[in-house]
Amino acid sequence: MIMKNRILQVWLLGFLLLAVGPAAAVLEVTVTEGVTGAIPVAVAPFAWEGPGSTPEDVGQIVGANLARSGLFDVISRERLPRAPDGPADFLAEPWAAAGAEYLVIGRMLPEEERVLIEFHVFDVLANQRLGGFRIPVPVEMLRRGAHRVSDIVYEQITGDKGAFSARIAYVGVTGQGDDRQFTLEVADSDGANPRTLFRSNQPIMSPEWAPDGRDLVYVSFENRRSEVFRHNVETGVRAKLAGFPGINSAPTWSPDGRRLALSLSRDGTPNLYVMDLETGGLTQVTRSNSIDTEPAWSPDGDSLFFTSDRAGSPQIYQMRLPGGAAQRLTFEGSSAGAATVSPDGKSLVYVQGGEGGLRLARLDLETRRVTLLTKGRYDKSPSFAPNGSMIIYSATDRGRGILGSVSRDGRVHQRLAARSGDVREPAWSPL
Amino acid sequence: MNATTRWALVLLMAGLLAACAQPKRDLTEDERQAMEAAAAEADAAERARREADARGLGIDRDLQADPLDDPQSPLAERLVYFDFDRDTVRSEFIPMLEAHSRYLSQNPGAQLRLEGHTDERGTREYNLALGERRAQAVRRIMTLNGARDSQLDVVSYGEEMPVAFTQTEESWARNRRVELVYDVRR
Repeated sequence: MIMKNRILQVWLLGFLLLAVGPAAAVLEVTVTEGVTGAIPVAVAPFAWEGPGSTPEDVGQIVGANLARSGLFDVISRERLPRAPDGPADFLAEPWAAAGAEYLVIGRMLPEEERVLIEFHVFDVLANQRLGGFRIPVPVEMLRRGAHRVSDIVYEQITGDKGAFSARIAYVGVTGQGDDRQFTLEVADSDGANPRTLFRSNQPIMSPEWAPDGRDLVYVSFENRRSEVFRHNVETGVRAKLAGFPGINSAPTWSPDGRRLALSLSRDGTPNLYVMDLETGGLTQVTRSNSIDTEPAWSPDGDSLFFTSDRAGSPQIYQMRLPGGAAQRLTFEGSSAGAATVSPDGKSLVYVQGGEGGLRLARLDLETRRVTLLTKGRYDKSPSFAPNGSMIIYSATDRGRGILGSVSRDGRVHQRLAARSGDVREPAWSPL
Repeated sequence: MNATTRWALVLLMAGLLAACAQPKRDLTEDERQAMEAAAAEADAAERARREADARGLGIDRDLQADPLDDPQSPLAERLVYFDFDRDTVRSEFIPMLEAHSRYLSQNPGAQLRLEGHTDERGTREYNLALGERRAQAVRRIMTLNGARDSQLDVVSYGEEMPVAFTQTEESWARNRRVELVYDVRR
C-alpha cells in the first residue's frame, strides 16, 4: 500500500511538472455556437516598420478578438489580397472580391520606448474609409494595444463600445485533497496574460472589481472562515474589510466606488449591509430571518437587487436604499439568484433553477419578460461585460469547471477552459 | 570518497542532466489516461481518509482510551446529512447528536467545530448561507442537549469543499452535510 502510494505521488508529481509552466493558467477559447450572418471582415497583417521582427502579431490578435465576439466572420489570411501601403492606395474591388465587407489595415512604427500603432478601417461596400487612428503604446504592452485597436474597430463597425481591453478576474482550482490550490487570477479578456494575484490552500470566492478597475474584493477562507478582502491589482496591497462573527460574503462595489454592499450573518442570519469604505461604518439594509445575499447595485446606485428565500425558495428582490420594502422580481423556475445588472440598468441576468438544472436567464426590467440564455446544467456566477454585449459565467464540462460566455441575446456562445484544473466565478472588469 | 564512488556520482549527475535537458513532449493518450486514473485513485484515497477522519477512525489520532475513538460508540459518527435546500436535522441523526452533546457536557474543556456544507445545486453565496443554517440547526440541537454555546463553533464552507465529485444524486447527498470536528477533545 505504501509502495502504491509512492508510485501515485510520483505520477502526480510528473503530472504537475508537465502542467505547470507559463501556459498553465492560459484559457483556451472556442466559439461553440455563432450567429449565421456574421459580418465578413478582413484584417490585413500589421506591418512592423522597425528593425527585427514584430514582437506581437497585432493583426492576428485583432482578428481573433473580432471573431470571438461572434459578430464577425474574419476572413483567413491566405484568402486576402495584398494590403495597400497606405489609406491613399485603398481599392475596394479586390477586397469585395475576397468577400470582405470591412477591411482593417495597420502598421507599427517603433520609436524609442514605445510603438505607434497606426490603423485604418474601411467600409468596402461603401468604398470609403471610416476612420484612421494612431495609438502609442509601450513596447511591452503591444498586446494591450492590440485589444485597444480591437475596441476601436468594433465600435467603428457596430456603433457599440468594445470590451476587449477590459480584463477578467476568476478563481482557479488545481489539485486534489490536501494538495488543492485556489488561486485568484486576472487575465486579458481573451484569456492571455494570466497573472496569479493570490494563492491559498483554502477556498477563494466571489471576486468583484472596483469601478476604477484598480482593486478587487473577494472572500477568502485563509483563516478557516469566510472573510472579505480588498486587493490592489497593481500594487498587491491587501486589506481585510470584513471579518465579523458568522459569514462575511458576497461583496460588491457601489457604482461610485465609495461603498460596498455585502451579506453578513453577524446577528444570526445573513442580512445585507452597506459599508462606507472611508469610515468602515456599516448600515444594515435588510432585517429578515431569511437568507439575504448576493447583492447587485443598480447603475444609479439607488437600489440593490439581491437573493432572498423569504418566500420559501430563493428568488430575486429589489430594494431601494437606504432600505424599505423589497419587491420580488422573479417568479419563473424553482429558484433564482446571483443577479448581475446590465450596464444600462434595463435588465438583469441571473441563475434560474429548474428541472434541467441551473441556467442563465435575462429579465427585462421594463417588460418583465424572461429569456433563457443558456442550456447548461450548472451555469452560475454571471458577470456582464462592461459594454453590455456579453455575459461571462461559470459552467461545467464533463465535471470540469470552465468559463462560458454568451451574447446578450443568447445567440452567440463560447467556452473558455483552463489547460489544467477548474476555473470559475469570472468577473469582467470595467473599461 | 573513493575513486569508484566519485565516478559513479559523476555518471549519475550526467544522467540526471541529460534527463533534464530532454525537450518536453506532449503526452500520449495512454499516458494521459494513466495519469487521470492515478489522479482519480489518489482522489478516492483522499476521500476515504477524510471521511474516516470525520467518523473518528483517523489513524493519526493518539490511541488512548477515549470514547471518541471507540468505533462502536455513537461518538464515532461525525456526519449529519441533509435533504436538498433544507436545514432540518433528520431524526436518524438525533441519537448521535445527543451522544456528542453529553460528551461535551461531561468534558467542559472540549471544543467542537460544526462545519456546514452544501451540494453544488444553487448559487454559491446562497449555498454559503445555507451551509451556515445547517450548522446552526445542529448547534441548536446540541445546546438543547447539554453542550455549552461556548463549546461550539459554527463555520460554513457552502459548496466550496465537496467530498464527492460526480454530478449524481448520490454525490450531492454526501456533500449536503455538517461535519463535527473536535478542535479540543477534553
